[in-house]
Amino acid sequence: MINELLGIGAIYFLTLVLALPLGHYLARVFKGEKNLLDFLRPVENGIFRLSGIDARREMSWQQHLVALLTINLVWFLLAMLVLSTQGSLPLNPDQNPSMAPDLAFNTAISFLVNCNLQHYSGESGLSYLSQIVVITFLQFVSAATGIAAAVVVFNALQTRATDKLGNFYNYFVKSLTRLLLPGSLVVALLLAFNGTPMTLQGKQELVTLQGDSVAVSRGPVAAMVAIKELGTNGGGFYGANSAHPLENPNYLTNSIENIALVIIPMAMVFALGFYLNRRKLALMIFGVMTVGFVVLLAPTVYYELQGNPAISHLGVNQELGALEGKEIRFGAAASAYWSITNTVISCGSVNSMHDSFMPLSGLTQMLGMMTNAFYGGCGVGLLNFFAYLIIAVFIAGLMVGRTPELLGKKIEAREMKIAILVTLLHPLLILAGTALTAHLYAGNPTEYAGWLANPGYHGFSEMLYEFTSASANNGSGFEGLGDNTPWWNISTGVVLLLSRFLPIIGPVAIAGLLARKKYVPESAGTLPADTATFGVMVMAVIVIIAALAFFPALALGPIAEHFSLY
Amino acid sequence: MKQHLLPAFRLTLVLLVVCCLIYPALVWAGAQLAPNSGQGETISHRGRVVGYDNVGQKFTRPEYFWARPSAVDYNSTGSAGSNKGPSNPEYQATVQARLDTFLLQNPGVAKAQVPAELITASGSGLDPHLSPAGAAVQVARVARARQLDAAKVQALVAQHTQHSLLGPDRVNVLRLNVALDELSSR
Repeated sequence: MINELLGIGAIYFLTLVLALPLGHYLARVFKGEKNLLDFLRPVENGIFRLSGIDARREMSWQQHLVALLTINLVWFLLAMLVLSTQGSLPLNPDQNPSMAPDLAFNTAISFLVNCNLQHYSGESGLSYLSQIVVITFLQFVSAATGIAAAVVVFNALQTRATDKLGNFYNYFVKSLTRLLLPGSLVVALLLAFNGTPMTLQGKQELVTLQGDSVAVSRGPVAAMVAIKELGTNGGGFYGANSAHPLENPNYLTNSIENIALVIIPMAMVFALGFYLNRRKLALMIFGVMTVGFVVLLAPTVYYELQGNPAISHLGVNQELGALEGKEIRFGAAASAYWSITNTVISCGSVNSMHDSFMPLSGLTQMLGMMTNAFYGGCGVGLLNFFAYLIIAVFIAGLMVGRTPELLGKKIEAREMKIAILVTLLHPLLILAGTALTAHLYAGNPTEYAGWLANPGYHGFSEMLYEFTSASANNGSGFEGLGDNTPWWNISTGVVLLLSRFLPIIGPVAIAGLLARKKYVPESAGTLPADTATFGVMVMAVIVIIAALAFFPALALGPIAEHFSLY
Repeated sequence: MKQHLLPAFRLTLVLLVVCCLIYPALVWAGAQLAPNSGQGETISHRGRVVGYDNVGQKFTRPEYFWARPSAVDYNSTGSAGSNKGPSNPEYQATVQARLDTFLLQNPGVAKAQVPAELITASGSGLDPHLSPAGAAVQVARVARARQLDAAKVQALVAQHTQHSLLGPDRVNVLRLNVALDELSSR
């Protein structure tokens, strides 16, 4: 058990050590300062020239959003087209069929918005063409979209009053060429050398040692898994995601993948500090995020190492902890650690099946997605945190009778309204979605019997988890849920769209509005935002808004299940 | 919106080339230097490929070490866990039944010696490993079925146990069984 705990300590430490210099590097990239990969500039200029884009044209926050939404629309149409015709397109050695319209809709949206909810299974649901042109492609560009939006906010928070916030295409393309593409190349090669397949050949038929005929699914896995983690996408090549022994062959690859998915969200926080030259502010944000992360992590690791009490009653040896849905090569601790990193960060890849975790571990996983700002997704995690920050500044300002200001810019009713709308949208989508679905199920349990794999409280948790995952753009699931039905495909598809773009539009709009305002130098009347006290304030706002709103629903699911089991 | 539509379209085409052609091609080219040219490592026995190093397979005969229960019955064209919740009564009955069956097929083994992994399904349904305890508890049965000395089989398990500094120790079931076949034929 000690070496398992050491293992997760080592993974966290390595992530932190790598994220700091990466944050510094990213700040230089987005400020346009000299950096390591400047030799790629001709490539970027080539991309801009071929696309007819002038990457030096400064944009207002509205123009940024229009550019962002337009290109996302193009990607959506492309994805729908390929998914619903993949059966008759090339690169389909396993002859998988085209997707039904509702499943294609859900899949296209889900990858477009960096969620990667998967209502299909990769081995039989996608052709290699779809895996590359839809899945891998959207995993790159959706992550770059989130990073570009965050950089717009960085730019807006500088001390000048302006309308000009840089060029969207410039931020977007540089996120790809300077970060996601080279990073993925390194991760993909590390995986390939550890036994992850990278081939266009179809399944291999073979006869096992015992004499059974089986076939093993292969494919261009390594390239896709790298960006799946690095871009906090999470959608796996295989159905079992990173629990699959070809997608994640050993403890080393598990550590590499786990570091890859945490590193950019963490580095973005440091990048903010370097970019604005406000390191204390970045430290405050990082501190709040880390405290939230550890509070969710500790009980999860504890309960998973303890094992399932129902199995303890059988009198077997449960020294390795709860192993249902887990792989021996990772063990309970690294599986628990992975599950929390993947839920606080909207990555949502899994190396073990969350449905089979202990009830309170399911609760911490859901809370990770409900708060959705402890590190958070590529770029968007910081945007969510920014909305909480605005609310905290406003409330703290009112409490002590000072003008609410953030970084020398006054926060007024308009910004506050946007921040509140964005943060309340999340509980609304989750709770309304779950309530509606539970109502449907309760009205006709026989017709919808295929939905739930488990009875009672746990069945309710499965529905709650699915909407939480959709609204947090996470993509993991209590996969026992029979979710490839028109109801689930369409309802979660709509939730995905709303919960992706409004929380990008909101914070970018706030930042744009703030950027225009006059800079007021800090004085004795300023409430400093970079102190530990203020950190506690932000944490309180997150707990009140994000956690307490969900408490009644959590009481019906995981908490009730916990008390039935212990 | 209109002025952004054409650049968006063209940029998408360019990025399709970069992300979907150049990037995978680079990874593919690099992977050619990896073991088995990036097609996954395989294990051969008596001149034929009997499986993938990393993909677990089903063993039901008493003379082989058995792998963990699998929700997909070790069908490696799919992959999944059972997704059963810890409090599900039907699941608890399944686990109880697996334990009873195991004890019946391994006479002389006490409940407390059976590690939980032998009665719980893995996440992928293709878990290639057992813990050292999961192999040790099967040694007596395997030795009996093969009429081998139990100490010899135990030594083989020890030899195939991979110790690691950070994660749990483990035994690759397919590799162990291949070694067993080689030992028996000697």
